[in-house]
Amino acid sequence: MAILEVSHVNKRFGGLKALNEVQLSVEEGSVHAIIGPNGAGKSTLLNCFVGRLMPDSGSVIFNGTSLLGLRPHEINQTGVSRVFQTPEIFEDLTLLENVMIPAFAKADGAFKFNAWYRVSSRAEVRDEAAALLEEVGLADQSKMICSALSRGDKRRLEMAMCLIQHPKLLLLDEPTAGMSRADTNNTIDLLKKIGERGITKIIIEHDMHVVFSLATTISVLAQGTVIAEGNPDDIKGDPRVQEAYLGGAHL
Amino acid sequence: MNGNSTRSDFLLLIIFAAVVLTAPITLAPIGAGYPDILQKFAIYGIFAIGFNILFGLTGYLSFGHAAFLGVGSYASVWMFKLFTMNVIPAVIFSVALAGVFALLIGFVSLRRSGIYFSILTLAFAQMSYNLAYSVLTPLTNGETGLQVRHLAPADRGPDYVLKLVNEDLRWVDQAFGVVEHGIPITNLFGMKMSGYPGFYFCAVILIIAFFIAMRISRSNFGMMLKAIKSNQNRLQYTGVNTRPYLLTAFIISGMYAGLAGSLLAVTDPLAGAERMQWTASGEVVLMTILGGVGTLIGPFLGATLIKGFSALFSSYNENILHQFFSFLPEFMQDGVVAVASMFVGEGWELTLGLLFVIIMLFLPGGLMQGFYLILGLFKRKKTSPPAAGKSEA
Repeated sequence: MAILEVSHVNKRFGGLKALNEVQLSVEEGSVHAIIGPNGAGKSTLLNCFVGRLMPDSGSVIFNGTSLLGLRPHEINQTGVSRVFQTPEIFEDLTLLENVMIPAFAKADGAFKFNAWYRVSSRAEVRDEAAALLEEVGLADQSKMICSALSRGDKRRLEMAMCLIQHPKLLLLDEPTAGMSRADTNNTIDLLKKIGERGITKIIIEHDMHVVFSLATTISVLAQGTVIAEGNPDDIKGDPRVQEAYLGGAHL
Repeated sequence: MNGNSTRSDFLLLIIFAAVVLTAPITLAPIGAGYPDILQKFAIYGIFAIGFNILFGLTGYLSFGHAAFLGVGSYASVWMFKLFTMNVIPAVIFSVALAGVFALLIGFVSLRRSGIYFSILTLAFAQMSYNLAYSVLTPLTNGETGLQVRHLAPADRGPDYVLKLVNEDLRWVDQAFGVVEHGIPITNLFGMKMSGYPGFYFCAVILIIAFFIAMRISRSNFGMMLKAIKSNQNRLQYTGVNTRPYLLTAFIISGMYAGLAGSLLAVTDPLAGAERMQWTASGEVVLMTILGGVGTLIGPFLGATLIKGFSALFSSYNENILHQFFSFLPEFMQDGVVAVASMFVGEGWELTLGLLFVIIMLFLPGGLMQGFYLILGLFKRKKTSPPAAGKSEA
């Protein structure tokens, strides 16, 4: 069953047609990679899912709800979490607080006025956050301020912030961009581990090593259009993909 | 997070209360032990603590909080004029009215962030100032300011409504048969709110205000506000609607300002438009930054320092300086006094400016950073002191 159904999405920036009749169907429980050369419209497409951009036409249906016109926090509340290209975390707060905030957003909704009781009075949230930090391997630093973390650790933290919300769909925008090979492999392992939870994931990625390690389905985007879709083996052998993406070279 | 437990918060509150309540004795040796100046410390302390809930926690810099201070003062004086000289209804009404104003101004201003938000709040405050100064003269008595006056005569004509700025009614007091001799002074169920009782009234409210600010800072709401300051974009993608959080913080800090304005009227029942001017808005920004943005104690320290300095240095004159520098030989004395006298009396703001520059250069985290540096020297064996601006106390 498709959890995210994207049909006939168009987006134009001035004279540039960034997205042209994009069709995409993401199966529940799958790891769906979107690949394509620079400027193919990958990030534009992702921004249409999270409320940052509004397509000119078309529809984006998630789990029976249209995401178009919703604000970022409303989209998150429907069960979509996002990992950013550069890790977006609360740099001035502790790791534990970073993970507790999304948990509160999930438990209390988009706004709840509770200015009297201490944060620590919600022990169940604190315990869950601590357990998740343990799982991503950051338990030792849980009381540290995040700004001192390495890039890889920030990525882990951001992943924990998404996971604590038990999202139905996790969007990953180049999760290994700018990372060392070791950090990249750690991230792949972490994503595989998360895979065991059965969360549907959409990954936008340049690094083919990452894509072929994780993806169950791949869509290839070129010049704003999906030119191929299929399982990794099909995509590897598809001549159109090699032409558009790799300029004819073999994978 | 060590300094964040319930017990250490309780300890902090007790120490704060003790320092505030004993101020008349402890500040006497430096000549600041009299109620007039102590009241100012307490009142502007409340103003700065409330301002910090917005600026310190969310990072949104309002340049128009004096508008709420002014609204609070006018509201209180009107309560004195129309109903009763008892301060309780005046304080409650002022806080509520300032909250309504903050809701309206905040609703519009918070559509923008950063410098645009600051400019919007400044524009609203200057509009409020002009309304008070000229447009709404029947309500504010314009340039002269609104004061508590004698009662209107019993045989007042039908046009008495227009004379209300100069003739009071005090319906409630009159209904209870209170006899007035001359201009009455404010009271708390009969206890006169001048001198030390006035200070202690402000001091108790300051302690309550501090306690509430502490609870807010430690709560879920407070954590969300800090998250807004840290990364509002991330917070929105985390499912939090940041606008209502910001608006609530804006209203709460506006109510604190209204409370401070009300207490200014309680201790001296007079409200003038200059209280709403942009310099007054700027002053609370200076207080907060000087003391330490985002800390609990800092804004109060900054308020005390600025108000204390203004009282201290503006009272100096050349005679006092001559005495002070009397150890120097005559020919040097005159020169030194001539230079120093630029920084006292009328020029006390020069001293304040210098002090501000020095503190910002060496302690960008404000006085609280200095405090932690000193604390760190004493317990070096323990963990390192909190970094600038990150401390919780």
